Parts: sequence; structure tokens; C-alpha cells
Amino acid sequence: MNVIYILWLRQVKKYFRSRSRVIGSLAQPLLFLLAFGFGFGSVYSKAGGGNYIQFLAPGIIAMSVLFTSIFTGIEIIWDRQFGFLKETLVAPVSRFEIMLGRTLGGATVGAIQGVIVLLLTLIVGFRPASIFLLPFGFLFIFLIGVLFTSLGTAIASKLEDMQGFQLIMNFLIMPIFFLSGALFPLKGLPQIMEIITKIDPLTYGVDGLRGTLIGVSNFSLSLDFTVLAIVTSAFLLLGSYLFSKIQV
Amino acid sequence: MDNIIEVTGLTKRFGDFVAVDNISFGVKKGEIFAFLGPNGAGKSTTIKILTTLLLPTQGKVIVNGFDVLKDKDNARKSFGIVFQDPSLDDDLTAYENMQLHAVLYSVPSGEIAQRIKDLLNFVELFDRKDSLVKTFSGGMKRRLEIARGLLHHPKILFLDEPTLGLDPQTRNHMWQYVQNLSKKEEMTVFFTTHYMEEAEKIAQRIAIIDKGKIIAIGTSEELKKQTATNSLEEAFLKLTGSAIRDEEASNIDKMRQHRQARRGGGR
Ligand SMILES: Nc1ncnc2c1ncn2[C@@H]1O[C@H](COP(=O)(O)OP(=O)(O)OP(=O)(O)O)[C@@H](O)[C@H]1O
Ligand SMILES: [Mg+2]
Repeated sequence: MNVIYILWLRQVKKYFRSRSRVIGSLAQPLLFLLAFGFGFGSVYSKAGGGNYIQFLAPGIIAMSVLFTSIFTGIEIIWDRQFGFLKETLVAPVSRFEIMLGRTLGGATVGAIQGVIVLLLTLIVGFRPASIFLLPFGFLFIFLIGVLFTSLGTAIASKLEDMQGFQLIMNFLIMPIFFLSGALFPLKGLPQIMEIITKIDPLTYGVDGLRGTLIGVSNFSLSLDFTVLAIVTSAFLLLGSYLFSKIQV
Repeated sequence: MDNIIEVTGLTKRFGDFVAVDNISFGVKKGEIFAFLGPNGAGKSTTIKILTTLLLPTQGKVIVNGFDVLKDKDNARKSFGIVFQDPSLDDDLTAYENMQLHAVLYSVPSGEIAQRIKDLLNFVELFDRKDSLVKTFSGGMKRRLEIARGLLHHPKILFLDEPTLGLDPQTRNHMWQYVQNLSKKEEMTVFFTTHYMEEAEKIAQRIAIIDKGKIIAIGTSEELKKQTATNSLEEAFLKLTGSAIRDEEASNIDKMRQHRQARRGGGR
């Protein structure tokens, strides 16, 4: 067995063992889907947007991947507090391998969560446009997972305890979500908003998911993919650099 | 020189506070070396620096021929460690914790299962191997950590108060195992403890550290002779004084309170 695999396996096992977490993290996307989907549905279609649930579902899937993977990344803080982090830090393996195993584990957990939410959206009435594009949808789900797990890891490497977490939630994660076009179309925004949404990496994840799930996107799928891949690599490197600087 | 650990002028500061104050010492290959000192003396801090977990403020540390600052990876390959504080993953089972360690330390895959079985039997946890660690008692967790520390056979084994919270049976058992392993594989053991009789019985050489400084080093016999005492415990108390260490801190607290009270009264 190798190091990356065993650390990946650890994350996945831990996820399935905390049933309350699985259920808790499904409640939120479901609430969003129902409240926004049915709340804004008629306004949206009256404005000529079409079926809002179709539009919203990819955004909600992206949201659940975002939250789950950022939390999994940030779990390093718990590992630090409960002491397990020391065990990995003294191990004679490269920091990048440790980081990669954890991150792929977190991304897998995020992706599983995303797929479960996708199944939930089917119940609410969402219908993917094409079966053939579905695998590419999974690819985007996984990429979003890797991106935000590494971001979570990078952040957690700089935090001593959960104190700063609220701050990060309100000033980073929420804006990333709300400014990604997960809830509203990016066309016709005021210019400043448009610039901000274009800086937000989740925008390209949401757009890629829409492109592959409902066949409508703002940018081309290859642009979405390229931007995500570049930002993901950058965060992976940043995360493993910060991770290698941790002292306990 | 055949010192496997070589520490020169090591200092560690946390802000203004000097936790380790310019210490130098060496540990020979295959030696069992005890690091003794009152609470807060700087033992764990030193071990953390020796094991690459903390960066020193100053000084040089060579472990198995590798500089812990420049050649971290090779240094890490040379040792195993049992920490003073908990370091298990509570959400994994005993077996999974062992397995993860075996993979991290590249124990040959053909040997993993057998070694885990032997060691879990040794600490009498084999029948609990599939229980989550969070369901274990404190002593059981400690035993698991020790078993895990012995899973790969390092050149140097660091044990930071390994016997804390263990019953006498397990303690004796553990030390026997460690001594055998040390003899058989020429493994160096660097340990701390607050049980003086343990140090006296097990350690070939002892260093006593107080307030970040090494104040004596030698065999148990030498330390007793130097202080004209009959037991290591007496020697230790003579060298480090019998004041309780936390008192100093609380004295400072008292002073602070006084000052605040005075300031408060002056307003
Ligand atoms: N991260 C830290 N930040 C600030 N001070 C620290 C830190 N770690 C340790 N110290 C201080 O350094 C001193 C030495 O601590 P250390 O843990 O090395 O003591 P020790 O000899 O292992 O004691 P014990 O027998 O209680 O385990 C203590 O006064 C402690 O408060
Ligand atoms: Mg200590």
C-alpha cells in the first residue's frame, strides 16, 4: 500500500463513519434547493429565464462540494488539536505526498457528497440534458473538490485553532459561494460584480457543471477546465508549502 | 566519535521565554539515554526539535549523521517516537492506526500483518483491534501508542514519558521489550520519565535538565557520587531543588494580581 492511498482511505473512512455529518451536510443543499428553487422559480421563468430548478441544481451541487471539501481540508486543525498531526509530520515521507493523499481524500468525500446531491436534485425535478456529458460533470465535481480541499488545507496550516474559522466562513467561503453565479445568471451584472465573479474560481466550476449538466454555459468548457486546473495546481502547491511549514 | 545524536549549543525561545538554553550533549549509538527534569524543564521541547517538529532558535542538531534542519527527510527516516501527548486518530480502529503507521514508515508489506498482530498481542489489545480508538481507556491508548512506536525498527527511538499512566505490569513488560530490541538491533533509546527508579534501572546514561539548562550528565552512579546521595531520586532533588515548579508561575501570577489590585485601587 502506498502513502497517498492510505491517507486517502483515512479521509473516506472518517467521512462514512460520521453519519451525522453526512446527513447534516445534505440538509443544507436540500434546503437551498427547495427554498430558492420554488421560491424564485416563478419569478425566474416570468423573467424569461426558463426552468429555475434546471438552472439552480448545478449551482447547489457545486455548493455542497465546496462546503464539504473545504471542511475536510480544514480538518487539519482538529488533527492538530487531537495530536494526530504530529504522527504524520514526523513520518519520513514527503510533505507533498501527505498533502496529496489528504487532498484527494477530501476531494473524493466532496465528490461523493456532490453526487448524492445530484441524486437529490433528480427527486426535485432536475433532469440532466445529456447522459454522455455526465462523466465530464463528474470531472468538474472532482476538480472543485480538489481545489477547495487544498484551499482548506492551506488555510488550516496557518490557523492554530478553530477560533479564526468563523471569520473565514463569513469572509471567504460565503463570498466564494454567493459570487460564483451558483444562484443567479452572470449575464447583465453591474461591471464591478462581473469582475468579482470572474475572479472567483468557483464561477468556473459552476459554469463547467452547467455546461455538462444542462448544456448551457457562459464560457467554453475548455476555458472552465483550464482555469480550474491551473488554480487547483496553484492551491495544491501553496497548500503543501504551508503544510510543510507547520510546527507543533 | 560514534555519537548518533549530537546536539551543540541548542537554544529554543518562545517569544521572550527561553525554554531550552544553550544545551550541548551527545548520545552514543546503541545507548539507552534518559533525559530527566522537573515539569517545564524543556525535555519535550528538546525532543520536538530533535524530531523535526519544531525549529530551533539557535544551535546544531545531528541525528544519525543528518542535520535536522537541512536534511529533514533522512533524519526522519532514522527515528521513531512515542509522544508525551496523544497522537492517535480516535476515529480509526486500533488496527487501522497501526496499519497507517506501517505504511508511513514503509514496513515491508509482507511483514505488516504479522508485526501488527505480534505487537497488539504484546500490549494485549489484539482482541480490541477492530474497536475505534475513541472507545479506549487512557491506558489502552497509551499501550497502543507504544505498540505503534515499536512497529518499525528505527535506529533511534524517542520515548517522551512513555510509561505515563501505565500499570506496573505493562511498564516492566514494555521496558523489557525495548531493552531487548535495543540490544538486538543496536537501537538507541532516548527517553524521558518522572519515575526515577525507572531511569536508574534502565538508562545507561542520564542527563538532568532544569530551566532549559543541562545541569548534570553521567551514569546513575556518577550522579549519586557527585551529589553524595544514595538514590537517583535524592540526587535529582539535590540537583534541581525541591521547590515545585508550578509555584514559580503562580508567584508571578500573584505579583501580577497585586500590581493590578494596586493599579485598580489608585484609580
Ligand atoms: N509552543 C509553546 N509556546 C510557548 N511556550 C511553550 C511552548 N511549548 C513549550 N513551552 C514552554 O516551554 C517550557 C518547556 O516545556 P516542555 O514541554 O519542553 O517541558 P517538559 O520538560 O517536557 O515538561 P513536562 O515534564 O511537564 O512534560 C515550558 O515552560 C512551556 O510552557
Ligand atoms: Mg514533556
